Amino acid sequence: MHIVDGALSSEVVVTGAVLAVAGIGYGLRKIDIDAMPRVAMMSAVFFVASLLHVPVGPSSAHLIVNGLAGLMLGWAVFPAIFIGLLLQAVFFGFGGITVLGVNTINIALPAVLMWWLVSPFLARAEGKSILLAGFVAGSGAIALSSIMVGLSLAASGQEFVPTAKLVVMSHIPVMVVEGILTAAAVHLVKKVRPVMLAPAGSLRSVG
Amino acid sequence: MIGATNVLVPLRSNSVLSRIDPRCRLLAALALIVTAVSFSSWQPLAMLVLVAAIITGFAKPDWSRTLKMVLTMDGFIFVMLIMLPFTVSGDVIFTLWGFDASYQGLFQAVLIALKANAAILVLIALVGGMDAILLGRGLQGIYVPAKLVTLFMFTIRYIDLLRREYLRLRVAMRARAFVARNNRHSWRSFGYLLGMLLVRGHDRSERILWAMKCRAYHGHMHFGSLPRLSTQDYLFATAVILFIGTLIGLEVACPALI
Repeated sequence: MHIVDGALSSEVVVTGAVLAVAGIGYGLRKIDIDAMPRVAMMSAVFFVASLLHVPVGPSSAHLIVNGLAGLMLGWAVFPAIFIGLLLQAVFFGFGGITVLGVNTINIALPAVLMWWLVSPFLARAEGKSILLAGFVAGSGAIALSSIMVGLSLAASGQEFVPTAKLVVMSHIPVMVVEGILTAAAVHLVKKVRPVMLAPAGSLRSVG
Repeated sequence: MIGATNVLVPLRSNSVLSRIDPRCRLLAALALIVTAVSFSSWQPLAMLVLVAAIITGFAKPDWSRTLKMVLTMDGFIFVMLIMLPFTVSGDVIFTLWGFDASYQGLFQAVLIALKANAAILVLIALVGGMDAILLGRGLQGIYVPAKLVTLFMFTIRYIDLLRREYLRLRVAMRARAFVARNNRHSWRSFGYLLGMLLVRGHDRSERILWAMKCRAYHGHMHFGSLPRLSTQDYLFATAVILFIGTLIGLEVACPALI
């Protein structure tokens, strides 16, 4: 899912950076004082989740769970994911610095989209349809992310198109796994703390 | 999976560089990486890789860890690099199973490999030795919005807490003889694990919020301001600017690779 420094054309990098700055700015405005610890906690959860390897087919994949992040945070997912990516770049060398913007957009935008599409439905869902909503959000976000990674490669040059296709194909098993995982997690959260899935996305303290 | 007790361990470094102001190091790394990415001839890139590797070497880093970081990154891009000569059309070098490998594609792969390695080495050399707190203060110092820096500082604190919570939950799972396999039960259990992490994280953050409100929290952290730039910081900045100038000169003087 990570694109490294140097692979993308400067147009793509700059567009990504500009969009990411806009998204992060808007996301930060959505976080009021009371929500700060909560957003940071979620951002830490997603960072830890990305260190967690789950067996998929013959190998294993690390979790991205951007769908789940979107459902929990709404627009605030932008700064949360940016911080996660920055830490990964500096401490583990995953992903690059100039492509931080592109990577942020590729992961956070599908998350916001899933939040926008799924959470009104999730607010009313009961029983099996909670699982369905979770699955759609989880696998949909991964699908969109891999397509966006593919597109940002393809936009950098015709020669990357085969690589882009490979990226999308290789994420199909991950989609299924993330879908099931997100469904289970959403199911649990909805039962235990339904308030965490606030559909309005207004991140306030809930006492 | 996850080895040490602390996730965000900075690379060990005790060189002159670790005494340079974090703001200078961050800006220098950013400037170097942005220039490197825009180069199109291999000579300045090779020089940058070499210099960054030497600086990393002098920083007496954790060799195995640094090497592992670089190799992991190279592993990620390996497939893409291998495919490039075959997907770019141009003068044919050789034909493999009916696919033509072109010089242009090979050159492009070499450029991307050089750029990616230069970027990661510069990052390791200049920023790798900083701990997360210093990094946060450096970001604050280069006018990253206070809200984002506050979020950053909270996050690096919670990552450690959360990881311990995660390890506790994993022990609980192991006590019930859970073994991760390739089936729906395992995936669902990981999902519940994630959900439980979220719920516990949420409850904890609410407790933290109230505790902080009792201590007059009003939205952002108070950082001790960074010390004023010293002579060696200015020397470092000058050296970096001269070095970037040399690199650009080399880029202009040398023909583009593609």
